[in-house]
Amino acid sequence: MDIRLSGVSHAYGQMEVMRDITLDIPSGQIVCIVGPSGCGKSTLLRFIGGLERPDQGEVLQMGAPPEGCLNPLTYIFQDFALLPWRSVAGNVSLVLEDHGIRGTRAREIIDDVLDRTKLTDFAKALPKQLSGGMKQRVAIARALAVRPAVMLMDEPLSALDSQTRELLMDDLIALWTRTPFTAVYVTHNLAEAVRLGHSIVVLSRRPGQIREIVEIRKPLAERGFADPDLEAQQKHLWNLMRDEARAADAELLHG
Amino acid sequence: MADPGTTARRVDFRGGGFAPQSRRWVGLVVFVLLIAFAEWGTRTGFISALTLPKPSDVLETFRQLYETGLLWKHLIPSLSRLAVGAALGASVGIGVGVLIGLFSYIRAGLVPLIAAIFPIPKIALLPLFVIWFGIDEGSKYALIAFGTFTPTVVATYGAVDNVDRSLIRMGQSFGLSWRSIVLKIVLPGAMPGILSGLRISLAIAIILLVAAEMLGAEYGIGAYILEAGALYDLERLFAGVVILSLLGVLVSAAISMIERQLLGWRT
Ligand SMILES: Nc1ncnc2c1ncn2[C@@H]1O[C@H](COP(=O)(O)OP(=O)(O)OP(=O)(O)O)[C@@H](O)[C@H]1O
Ligand SMILES: [Mg+2]
Repeated sequence: MDIRLSGVSHAYGQMEVMRDITLDIPSGQIVCIVGPSGCGKSTLLRFIGGLERPDQGEVLQMGAPPEGCLNPLTYIFQDFALLPWRSVAGNVSLVLEDHGIRGTRAREIIDDVLDRTKLTDFAKALPKQLSGGMKQRVAIARALAVRPAVMLMDEPLSALDSQTRELLMDDLIALWTRTPFTAVYVTHNLAEAVRLGHSIVVLSRRPGQIREIVEIRKPLAERGFADPDLEAQQKHLWNLMRDEARAADAELLHG
Repeated sequence: MADPGTTARRVDFRGGGFAPQSRRWVGLVVFVLLIAFAEWGTRTGFISALTLPKPSDVLETFRQLYETGLLWKHLIPSLSRLAVGAALGASVGIGVGVLIGLFSYIRAGLVPLIAAIFPIPKIALLPLFVIWFGIDEGSKYALIAFGTFTPTVVATYGAVDNVDRSLIRMGQSFGLSWRSIVLKIVLPGAMPGILSGLRISLAIAIILLVAAEMLGAEYGIGAYILEAGALYDLERLFAGVVILSLLGVLVSAAISMIERQLLGWRT
């Protein structure tokens, strides 16, 4: 299932946040969205997932979601959004219960996703006992459990320290290599974007418009920490963004 | 770094306090000291027998009460009134509070009404309840229920308001039904606030229980205290008061136990 955005524009009251975004998200690829603060990245993600409606333009699902998909458009949040009163397994089970999946069938799915996110030993732990990185892995496991057609990730690693971030990026790459998934990945961090993105969409400052789409051909599995090719790409991205970011920063100061 | 001649001084510690810790025995010690002081004072005549009964006499009265079987005769009707009234008031209160928390129209309609009835001393309405629900148990249940209802409502809708919106958003993004979101996200998330509200509501229920029984009941702790008071029988008066205090401590302990059971997830 692909996602197509065509001519999406939006304004909050007088403030225009997004102008004429047209973008294809091909299935099986990770599309990163980068852009200065306040350019509408999170808003765009809410449009894609149907949590909000754009003023103009539309978001289309091209084709049917794959067989067995319970929640085609599934979010992974920056703040994890785990229920603190449910164990790791309980948090995963939460999203299955509403689909009538209980008992052994639920247990099979839970065991599988916890295994894929290396959380098997922590199935009974409560969120308060987990580190930030583990919490986000639980959120990833929960997302995997509903077999999403597209994962919508809004700065999923931003709340984590940089070492944990590296580890989780490796985990995400391993997950993708095992079974490629489609994802829209919003981030501030250009290093994340070049590590995880098949293509990187650079947005301008508010109102957000697409400035450039950078394709990175190197396979995910071959990209490593401090990879010279990626550094060059990252530098290119930063050159694109620097002036925008500076202008956006100044804009916020003037209100 | 430092010159050989400079003096070294340890940095003063100033980070302690402001972190409540479990020190159960302190409460007990305070009780024991107070009672020991009263016993000593009444025995030596330092405190006159007219101002305070001897704690040992109160204990003796209590023992007689127990042995004659009068204790249960008074306690059982009181406890059943408390249980029925508080259960009614708290459950309706939680229900209405959740509705106010979830629906804007219900909130707009009921919050001013609740604000209007909250400050009414419910005891003042007892005659009205007697007319509405009869002189027997009905009016007592109603008084206790009404008194528990208002604080429970206010605590509950405040607790629902405080449930983390990002969790609700998460539920919606996974396509959870409205019912599931309320039952699995909103209610558990509001539980800490609801339980601390119950602590207050149930203390109010005990106060109202006594008030209701003072205004017309043959048996009950309230009636017992009223009778003792009318006769200036301080030993019996205090025995009754001690029963009420114990009841309050028990209710509070029960809520603490429920909190430990249900809210172990809190950090
Ligand atoms: N519900 C809303 N009502 C009004 N204004 C909003 C709303 N949501 C977002 N905005 C505004 O729209 C603009 C874009 O917000 P958005 O959160 O999409 O930006 P972002 O690119 O995700 O920013 P950041 O990088 O800081 O996360 C911001 O200026 C924000 O203040
Ligand atoms: Mg954002």
